[in-house]
Amino acid sequence: MTYARRLAWPAVLALGIVLPLALHNDYLLTVMSTAFIFALATIGMNLLTGYTGQFNLAHGGFFAVGAYTVGVLTVDHLWPFWLAFGAAGLVAIVLGLAIGPLSLRLRGNYFAIFTLCVGYIMFLVIEKWDSVTHGVVGIIGIPSPPAIGPVSFDSPRALYYLTLAFLALGMWLMQRIVNSLVGYTFIAVRNSEPLAQALGINLMVTKVSAFLISVCYASFAGGLYAGAVRFLGPDLAAIDHTFDMTMYMVVGGVGTLAGPLIGALAVPWVTENLQFLQNYRFVVFGPLLIALLIFVPNGLVGLWQAIWARRAARAERSAQASRTVSGEPHA
Amino acid sequence: MELFLQQVLNGLTLGGIYGLIALGLTLVYGIMSVPNFAHGAFYMVGAFAAFLLTTRLGFGYWSAMVVAALCTALLAVLSERLVFYPLRNAPELSPMIAAIGLMLFLEAGAQAIWGADFHHMSGPWSGVLNIGGIVAPIQRLLIIGGAFGLMLALELFLHHTAPGSTILAVAQNREGAALMGIDPHRVEMLTYAISGALAAVAAALYAPINLVYPAMGQLVILKAFVIIILGGMGSVRGAIIGGLIIGLAESFGAFYVSSDYEDLIAFALLIVILSLRPQGLFATKLRTS
Repeated sequence: MTYARRLAWPAVLALGIVLPLALHNDYLLTVMSTAFIFALATIGMNLLTGYTGQFNLAHGGFFAVGAYTVGVLTVDHLWPFWLAFGAAGLVAIVLGLAIGPLSLRLRGNYFAIFTLCVGYIMFLVIEKWDSVTHGVVGIIGIPSPPAIGPVSFDSPRALYYLTLAFLALGMWLMQRIVNSLVGYTFIAVRNSEPLAQALGINLMVTKVSAFLISVCYASFAGGLYAGAVRFLGPDLAAIDHTFDMTMYMVVGGVGTLAGPLIGALAVPWVTENLQFLQNYRFVVFGPLLIALLIFVPNGLVGLWQAIWARRAARAERSAQASRTVSGEPHA
Repeated sequence: MELFLQQVLNGLTLGGIYGLIALGLTLVYGIMSVPNFAHGAFYMVGAFAAFLLTTRLGFGYWSAMVVAALCTALLAVLSERLVFYPLRNAPELSPMIAAIGLMLFLEAGAQAIWGADFHHMSGPWSGVLNIGGIVAPIQRLLIIGGAFGLMLALELFLHHTAPGSTILAVAQNREGAALMGIDPHRVEMLTYAISGALAAVAAALYAPINLVYPAMGQLVILKAFVIIILGGMGSVRGAIIGGLIIGLAESFGAFYVSSDYEDLIAFALLIVILSLRPQGLFATKLRTS
């Protein structure tokens, strides 16, 4: 089992690398790249929501801020793409330092409602601040990421590998974070704030750290989105994207490492096969999500774990039974 | 001076509508501790119901309002039964996400059935009263009278009737109320019904000077949340006063500062107030979920 587990991630990555060789379809590659970008943002959301227990409804707003940072800097100020991409992270940290400590003074529902309002303010500012964000017109003609050495990113296939690389990096980093002492303090805060505090964990510092890492993921994902899609409109900051990411997280399994990734890749794949739903997808996904919350609260990963646990228990029981039949004493 | 009073009139109109919506939200929060993000969608459904009843089925304005209130109350009770009741023991995150799912479902449903177009609904009286230089459209006076009358009626209902008292009792102490023979599930349904009906009435009152469209509830629900955070979650009077504060602030802000950023005022106010007083304006105890 541990052997299989150790091989699981490299196997998934290998699958991601060979997939374009099987797919001779630029459209599907683009769909996959976009899914990778949103997966990256969802992984970040999961750190704050799943592992630390704070539901940040401005997450999509930070995604849009990252995208607009890249868009504005490259198109209007002619910055090189990668410099603007770095700036997206910086902007997220500065905004996060302003918003995080303020919003994290509130708990549970209040935090969610407060960040919902913050997200709406981000949307309004992006929509109304014509001189910087071009308002409802949006930003057109964002350059695609320039070549790093001999590798250029102007074909869908190259873009696929670029987003895959960032996603792999993001997953690797996240795995390091949640399995570190810092990650354990996040989980401790989620499980019980008073207990965490009694153990000497500084709640505010812990929550703000999780918040900053989380919004950086969103902002970098947004920056990638700007380079990949090359067009931005204020709708990017609408609550819909935050909700999409929440849905990916719930489908896959909240507070698990693989859950957000599975959800973020599986749901767009389903949507792709239900094209006629495009505009009305929430007519189906709304009730589906509610049903998932009620009947499969731990998502696909939780379902998988439950099946494994049951199988293991059954194996244990039959092993025990055979021991009793053969007359051996058991401990 | 006339301009000032004109803004007061506009502020009271907005405050009345916001107050009615915030009241439903705060009642539900008091009983179930669920921030019902779908409440704005109830408001939208109420508006569409009133609009369709008057234009397609030939109802009068007032009878349409009553029937719309009943329909929306039914919708609210159904969502309680099908969505929030099964999730009552789930982690805090689940009903929140479910509420957002319900909101997007209702909005997408409305758009699929009625299209994304903007509709206009006419009120019973379209005239204008001129009182000492202040131009007062009758619909605005109707809103102010209707909204504050309804708030008063609700206050009396909660404090002076047995069903109303059961709501307060369950909000104060669920187990204690259950031991006194109050069925909390019936109270929950009653509360959702009231919240849905209040949203529909607010929508029907406001529709003649506003537009009816599927996304109309989005901004309103955010402002209602701002209001009940300001007023203290679960507090009825806090919701009314908070509604007035936001209504007046928006009306004056739009006039004296900038109408472009009118919608930002409520949120800016929220951030300023919560930075200075994290417990809200009227609440005394600290916020814990």
